[in-house]
Amino acid sequence: MADTLERVTQIIVERLDVEADEVTLEAGIKEDLGADSLDVVDLIMELEDEFNLTIEEEDAEKINTVGDIVNYISGVNKVS
Amino acid sequence: MLNRVVVTGLGVVSPIGNDLSTFWDSLLAGKSGAGPLTRFDPDSFPTPFTTRIAAEVKDFDPLPYIDKKEVRKMDIFIQYAVAAAKMAIADAKLDMEKEDLDEVGVYIGSGIGGMNTIETNARLLHERGPKRVSPFFIPMLIANMASGQVSILTGAKGPNSASVTACASGTHSIGEAFRILQRGEASVMITGGTEATITPLSFAGFCSAHAMSTRNDDPGRASRPFDKERDGFVMGEGSGILVLETLEHALARGANIIAEMVGYGMTADAHHLTAPAPEGEGARRSMIRALKDADLEPTEVNYINAHGTSTDLNDKFETMAIKGAFGNHAYKLAVSSTKSMTGHLLGAAGGIEAIVLAKSIQDQVIPATINYEYPDPECDLDYVPNEARKANVRVALSNSLGFGGHNATIIMKAVEEV
Repeated sequence: MADTLERVTQIIVERLDVEADEVTLEAGIKEDLGADSLDVVDLIMELEDEFNLTIEEEDAEKINTVGDIVNYISGVNKVS
Repeated sequence: MLNRVVVTGLGVVSPIGNDLSTFWDSLLAGKSGAGPLTRFDPDSFPTPFTTRIAAEVKDFDPLPYIDKKEVRKMDIFIQYAVAAAKMAIADAKLDMEKEDLDEVGVYIGSGIGGMNTIETNARLLHERGPKRVSPFFIPMLIANMASGQVSILTGAKGPNSASVTACASGTHSIGEAFRILQRGEASVMITGGTEATITPLSFAGFCSAHAMSTRNDDPGRASRPFDKERDGFVMGEGSGILVLETLEHALARGANIIAEMVGYGMTADAHHLTAPAPEGEGARRSMIRALKDADLEPTEVNYINAHGTSTDLNDKFETMAIKGAFGNHAYKLAVSSTKSMTGHLLGAAGGIEAIVLAKSIQDQVIPATINYEYPDPECDLDYVPNEARKANVRVALSNSLGFGGHNATIIMKAVEEV
């Protein structure tokens, strides 16, 4: 979990040009971290590459916060 | 009554300098920007590239002009345009916070658009499928996006468009911006051209069309417009952007006026995909239209910055076109091709060459055609061989001639009786 958050944070910092301490579990990707809808698609593609998984469209739509991303990735890893 | 239009700011990213003073000093020193290809490895393909040289932009850093987060969403041709536009705005001392933004427009052309982006994403599509194609793919590649991004990043909300006419894109854009100002549809226009096509796919295409020089062992001497040994163009890249404004607006804000823009003409060859019309008749008519538009006699022109690509047909036919438009005066005026130094910037060529017009008028000096060694009997004008020349430049004209038979000409003049 901690490791997942670290890797997610690194990607978000790189892609959205924000400071690492802004990337908390509660932070909204659009509201707090300034992503637009294209940024979100781009971010999800990067996460899919980094964690070697596929995030389905209907799941992607439910992702609002950094915590949603981390939980999704942890959930997938638990199942597999 | 049409508004008078003046040039008040210049910005450039080029193979011979990433700011105006370096660019201009390099041009006057006769420096070539050409060298071996470094953007990609021409030996990493199943068969060799016949052309392995280019005039690349060196050490370009977008970060002084564009936020890091936005850089990733811009093809390099857009980054060049944004950087050059911001430099031009700074040079014009145009304070966007004080301007009526509805009166500030943008008109920046590109001949091709985001070739790098197309190639990268085509590879992703074929190797990994449609879901790996970037959501920024389309807004990175479309040729109008230089104009779009410059408006987004500067706040310019007035008329906004882009010409896509191959190697005439920059000149058409400047001409159209000039018209917008003449008609009073804006007070300020940020205008010019941008291009970044030093990529394997575009290189392969131009190689197959036998358009580029293959003087691979001597890149600095490969672009040799009007010389008998010329064998094709050397591809360049970069962006040239000007701030144009109505004379009234420039005077009202106390702007430094560099030159006046006085004429624009355009024609079509209606002849061939890539070859110019025989005897350059389309280019001749384009120059005649621009002269008429400027209400100038041919004998008043002191300097022509030629399209002068260093291809066999262009240089021969453009010479004939100049003789057709200027008669005997063709032998008295100075003609030079700065592509001998910058390479051919395709859709950006008209942008940087309009800057050459403005600077030649401001500094009363004409940059040379370098690499001029062997006279060609079919090219017998004064090409300002090898050395820049101090000269009285009151009126200067620039041609851009594009694939598809697009011809465009602009004319600038020293500012008199304001």
